[in-house]
Amino acid sequence: MHVRKSLVMLLYLVFILVPIYWLINMSLKSNQEILGGLTLWPVAPTLDNYRVIFTEPSWYTSYLNSLTYVSMNMAISLLVALPAAYAFSRYRFLGDKHMFFWLLTNRMAPPAVFLLPFFQLYSAVGLFDTPIAVALAHCLFNVPLAVWILEGFMSGVPKEIDETAYIDGYSFPRFFVFIFIPMIRPGIGVTAFFCFMFSWVELLLARTLTSVDAKPIVAQMTRTVSASGIDWGVLAAAGVVALLPGIAVIYFVRNHVAKGFALGRV
Amino acid sequence: MSWMAWTLPTASFFVIIALMLVGMSIWQTVSPGHQRKGFLPISTTRGDRLFIGLLAAAYAHLLALALTGWPLWIVTLVCVAGLIALLKWG
Amino acid sequence: MKPYNNKAWWLVLPVFVLVAFSAIIPMMTVVNYSVQDIFDPSTRYFVGTEWYREILSDPRLHDSLVRQFIYSFCVLAIEIPLGIIVALSMPRRGLGVPVSLILLALPLLVPWNVVGTIWQIIGREDIGLYGSLLNGLGIDYNYASSPRDAWITVLIMDVWHWTSLVALLCYSGLRSIPDVYYQAARIDRASAWAVFRYIQLPKLKNVLLIAVMLRFMDSFMIYTEPFVLTGGGPGTATTFLSQTLTQMALGQFDLGRAAAFSLIYFLIILLVTWVFYTAMTHNDDKG
Repeated sequence: MHVRKSLVMLLYLVFILVPIYWLINMSLKSNQEILGGLTLWPVAPTLDNYRVIFTEPSWYTSYLNSLTYVSMNMAISLLVALPAAYAFSRYRFLGDKHMFFWLLTNRMAPPAVFLLPFFQLYSAVGLFDTPIAVALAHCLFNVPLAVWILEGFMSGVPKEIDETAYIDGYSFPRFFVFIFIPMIRPGIGVTAFFCFMFSWVELLLARTLTSVDAKPIVAQMTRTVSASGIDWGVLAAAGVVALLPGIAVIYFVRNHVAKGFALGRV
Repeated sequence: MSWMAWTLPTASFFVIIALMLVGMSIWQTVSPGHQRKGFLPISTTRGDRLFIGLLAAAYAHLLALALTGWPLWIVTLVCVAGLIALLKWG
Repeated sequence: MKPYNNKAWWLVLPVFVLVAFSAIIPMMTVVNYSVQDIFDPSTRYFVGTEWYREILSDPRLHDSLVRQFIYSFCVLAIEIPLGIIVALSMPRRGLGVPVSLILLALPLLVPWNVVGTIWQIIGREDIGLYGSLLNGLGIDYNYASSPRDAWITVLIMDVWHWTSLVALLCYSGLRSIPDVYYQAARIDRASAWAVFRYIQLPKLKNVLLIAVMLRFMDSFMIYTEPFVLTGGGPGTATTFLSQTLTQMALGQFDLGRAAAFSLIYFLIILLVTWVFYTAMTHNDDKG
């Protein structure tokens, strides 16, 4: 029984890790070695591909662009979602359920549906090709998600705490910032993680709303086709580099990630 | 605003939707409605029934366009009647 | 029971304004575009429901819709059971727990176009491990030329990418079952199947609903991964709804038709989301 379980887990982890290993493997090879024949590990390991990423401006600026709009998006989403989630978790109000449903539909709606007007909208307000345009566009699905997760976490905090604080003479803002927010720190961490994740991995909107100045790494990666064909080594290295922030972020929330994935609802 | 390419029909459509929402809010404030069960299989509030009605109307129009050559105003009339029935007995 | 207080609207207002800016204005624009033939903002003609009539009989819509439903169905049929199995196989305690959690979460953090790139690389017969392995075994495999292989590769890629989400959701559901239940089952000598059926599955109902909803919706809007891997090909074998729409809107700049397409797409999403949301709140009401 126990052995069988471990075996299933092991097989699944191998299934997950082999493609990632292959990506890392390729990123350490030269293009001659990649195209020369199949090798299970780099025979002549080289860091040249990474050198390209970190020295060529088009690569490292696109990397920084991505980090910029993702952080902006995370900050905006959390800032507006925290009070809203509190309202949903503590009160009933006119149209609350419909409002929640409407938010949810925006998380579920395909970005492709909004593609065309987004392009026009952000051009019209003069934000096209800036990180803030992508950050705002990603709010479309990240804010609803943030409200949804935070509401789950907040509902787990007993209401008596609010009542006691109000009796003790706390005003709402003071209570919210100094008592309530520290209590749901894990929830905030997990929410930030999800916002980061969904903003970092998205390509369609990020690519459509930028051209040169704010080009994200994901768009840059789709343009590695040169005259001599696809530069596989650099592409693989860019993929590995694009993986790193995610791994760093998950390390910070590793203790809460299980509850977080249930969106705070267990 | 010119990029939004407004037309009179679509503008009136959105005004009607907005008026409906405002109207429902006022109605709810003046005489609060509650969740109840009518001929629909689930218990619903007024707002739910309005939403169901509007969504069904959208699908009805698309179906009519796809399958028949009927003039659309007939479908619209049927949908309005259906919406009222839904709000009252749904 | 939560108190009724309309002042709570002030707390929701920022979210409302922000999301309305990104959702309602574009939605209105899509509706406006869908009833006109637009060449540029000043040269446009009202055409009524013409685009809808055209798009509803357009084979591109029918084909990609059928493909999309088959695809989403396959995704659910594979990922939900597999996710449950993986969640049941998670180690209960020790160092294995955080290690497995982080490794499981890994595919979720890969940018979607990198997911495409990874499978593009590993599936190629000349430089890819799987591609050359399969061909070495005498199986003729080439995702760039065979529609069947392309389809299977896109599906496996999705399983690789998203099964972890289902597994992690289920794992967190399972963790909330108190040990007492298992002890009672041991005393009753309940079989592993009985434990699953009567203890674990009921607890999983809520998270499974979320999992099914998220997986259905996200697979229904899949774009980036097949775009990078196959570009929708060979032919149109892996062209799903989002890609058909993107081609129409940005490739051919066919505004009216793309807008009508968008709205039909959105209506489908709206209906499905509503069904799931109703099921979810219905569960909550029952406790």
